[in-house]
Amino acid sequence: MNSLIPLAAVLVLAIAFGIWYRRSRGEFRRKRTANGPKLTAEIIGATLGSRATMVQFSSAFCSPCRATKALLEDMVGKMSDVRYAHIDAESHLELVRKLDIRSTPTTLFLNSAGVEVGRAMGTPKRSQVIDAINAIH
Amino acid sequence: MEVLNQSSEQSQKKIKLIDARGPRFSAALTTLVLATALVTHSTILISIQVVVFAIGAFVGPAATPYAFIFKKFVKPLLSKSAPTEDSRPPQFAQSIGLIFAVIALAGALFSVPALVTISLSLALAAAFLNAAFNFCLGCEIYLILVRAFKK
Repeated sequence: MNSLIPLAAVLVLAIAFGIWYRRSRGEFRRKRTANGPKLTAEIIGATLGSRATMVQFSSAFCSPCRATKALLEDMVGKMSDVRYAHIDAESHLELVRKLDIRSTPTTLFLNSAGVEVGRAMGTPKRSQVIDAINAIH
Repeated sequence: MEVLNQSSEQSQKKIKLIDARGPRFSAALTTLVLATALVTHSTILISIQVVVFAIGAFVGPAATPYAFIFKKFVKPLLSKSAPTEDSRPPQFAQSIGLIFAVIALAGALFSVPALVTISLSLALAAAFLNAAFNFCLGCEIYLILVRAFKK
């Protein structure tokens, strides 16, 4: 079975996926219409920001979740109208299913009414978080 | 799937921080071993990787022979300020790797080459993505598994 074809196929596919993965992590994806469920302070376990709220879903087997939490907590500390909530996905499965969270970290960006306007999967860059918040009016 | 049954509260109490560069180096070595195994279908190489994955899955990613090579020969060459990470994400990845490596070993022992090729390809893809792109397997598949199996 000394064929190099499977190895070459795996490497080509993995490189293509890897490039897409690297580019897409942290990217803010806007929802076409903000018509999802309305999240309240009670559901997310933190008060809503007067302008926006970032809700991060994390899990146990996730290295970038810690870094994302540290970054977002640091950023909201400097913003009076934006709040941050952190949710353990595994212990909130009903909410996870309702919002269709598939990977961690996933950060939802909510408007002042508590409705999701978009989300980012993976650790965002500072500039990506600022752009996402600026997109919320 | 021991890891899956652990409740999150229980595991939160024993968070162990390790040098984050160790698992990445181990993933690079794993990539080399699995790539060679994929070409040669060598039962010995697959067996070696099964043992390494088993240690990583049951004891921890810092206890494998690859982690030993990292600590002994690579770490002294690197910067002293080591980025740390929770040991559970790489441990989860080792468990998934173990499952595929065991299937590959069964394929090699019972002469089912297609099984060897498919399972080694999947394990290799994950190891390569981890080494080259810092891909986090637990981030992408753990929640999907929990959603599928927990009510």
